[in-house]
Amino acid sequence: MTILDERPRRANEAFRWLSVGSATIVLLLLGLIAVVMTAGAVPVFRHMGLQFFVSRRWSVAGDVYGALPFMWGTLYTSIIALAISVPVSLGVALFITQVAAPWMKRPLVYLVDLLAVVPSVVFGLWGILMVAPYLGRSFLTTGLILAMMITPIITSLSREVIETTPSSEMEAAYALGATRWEMICGSIWPHSKGGLVGAVMLGLGRAMGETIAAALTIGSAIGQITLDPLKPGNSMPAVIANQWGEAYDLQKSALVALAVVLFGITVLVNLIATAIVQRSITRTRGK
Amino acid sequence: MIPVDSPAQQAEQRATPLDDFRPRSRARAAKNALATATFAATVVVLAVPLALVLWSVVERGAHVALERFPAFFTHEIPIVSRRSGPGMGPAILGTLLVTGGATLISVPLGILGAVYLNEYGSASRFARLVRFMAMVMTGVPSIVMGLFVYMVWTIRFGFSAFGGALALACLMLPVVIGSTEQMLKLVPETLREAAYALGATKSRVVVSVVLRAALPGTVSGSLLAVARAAGETAPLLFAVGASSSYNSDFLQGANTALPMQIFGNATSVFVGAQDRAWGAALTLVLLAFLVTLAARLFTARFATSGSR
Repeated sequence: MTILDERPRRANEAFRWLSVGSATIVLLLLGLIAVVMTAGAVPVFRHMGLQFFVSRRWSVAGDVYGALPFMWGTLYTSIIALAISVPVSLGVALFITQVAAPWMKRPLVYLVDLLAVVPSVVFGLWGILMVAPYLGRSFLTTGLILAMMITPIITSLSREVIETTPSSEMEAAYALGATRWEMICGSIWPHSKGGLVGAVMLGLGRAMGETIAAALTIGSAIGQITLDPLKPGNSMPAVIANQWGEAYDLQKSALVALAVVLFGITVLVNLIATAIVQRSITRTRGK
Repeated sequence: MIPVDSPAQQAEQRATPLDDFRPRSRARAAKNALATATFAATVVVLAVPLALVLWSVVERGAHVALERFPAFFTHEIPIVSRRSGPGMGPAILGTLLVTGGATLISVPLGILGAVYLNEYGSASRFARLVRFMAMVMTGVPSIVMGLFVYMVWTIRFGFSAFGGALALACLMLPVVIGSTEQMLKLVPETLREAAYALGATKSRVVVSVVLRAALPGTVSGSLLAVARAAGETAPLLFAVGASSSYNSDFLQGANTALPMQIFGNATSVFVGAQDRAWGAALTLVLLAFLVTLAARLFTARFATSGSR
């Protein structure tokens, strides 16, 4: 090989551009999704205007499409899911990081991961055939199933955040005679509360976007806005999945508009949550 | 009104806990024990529903899938959902096609993207933007990906396994980028320097040294993404169609997949259809577990920490 040989240099450049191109695809895809979906939603926004966001009526025959009940369903089921999942996730994360003997940690992490491996449609099947006979197809059933589905991500992120607590701070608390609980309150909590908020928000993002389990268990009621958790309802992703098959043009546009709203909300939640989690983790690791 | 202490008194009060050498009070010990018990209880709260779900799937699924083995895994799906009996053959083939296609699209792109982030861009503004947006993209609901692929592909070219593969690839791409970058970060800088010292170009160093060193971890991360994608339903709903017979053509014609069959049969009032849903659920869960297990074996070989 002579130094004047140009081939390695050209291959070198080509590879560099190949990798830059692949990285750019992420940005292109996100942009394209936003543009294409918004364009698909234009007809219904023309037809309904801002009424789309505040109307409670969704009638295919009347050509009226109001998204409010679906937004309510998404919000309500997500809140139920968080109310169940957050205490459990934090407890499990603290158990794994603070209480469990070293030999128990790995199996426990696997247990949490196992929950993440079960496909959402299987949770949905279990929900509709095993839970719904007792609780009905309702906000509560969906909230329960969603809670099971978001627990792994909240747990593993919380674990990561908690583990960044400097051991000097934890040992300092113990040296002052603190019990484990007092150490958690005094050292871990002040250090990691920001990151934990981010972890919970990422869980919220997942819960809001979860489609199939909700489509199976929420009951597909139209126009339901109620606080009664045992009533059937509907959520944005669920109604898209359930109505798309036999939807007409304007109805399809309305469903796409729901997806746009969902996309916007989840991206916003994820942007904030990712920023919070990243900052909380790098703040300690970076130094 | 609470009486205000002088600064000296306040300092004295603050100092007391340090001077207090009494054994821990009962109340404090009890609080601590209660907290520990609560943490342990949450583990039970997590494990019990998981066990219930898996038990239902195994109990009801095995009964269906093993009856007249292997008919359930090979026969076509009954067109009339009222009919009981096997099988799920076309859905198994469809899942393999869709997931395999998605892997072929997303894994090379994801690895190359991660190579850019870790080897070329690292702390540059563009790399930071891509890294951040990839993390945001992992949170985009899968149904949005499904609708997106419907609007750019299915609306023009019709139902096909390929459309489903595109949608799943959109989901997998950011996951593969994230996990691969983590693995590339673990490759020691000395390896790169040794290769440069031998006169290798950058691309050579990346392909022959860095990627090779990170291979087990990269495979493992990609397999975990595959296991997740195989269970996704929402992205396939609009792109794959609903076939009840075998379609081995990746590019054309309606196909089907296990998650879609579970979704469709779960709402059926007929016990035969529900049974098929349970059988399909067992097949899908086993598939996902096997892929995850394979990923774990790769990770174990690489012996890195950090499982998510």
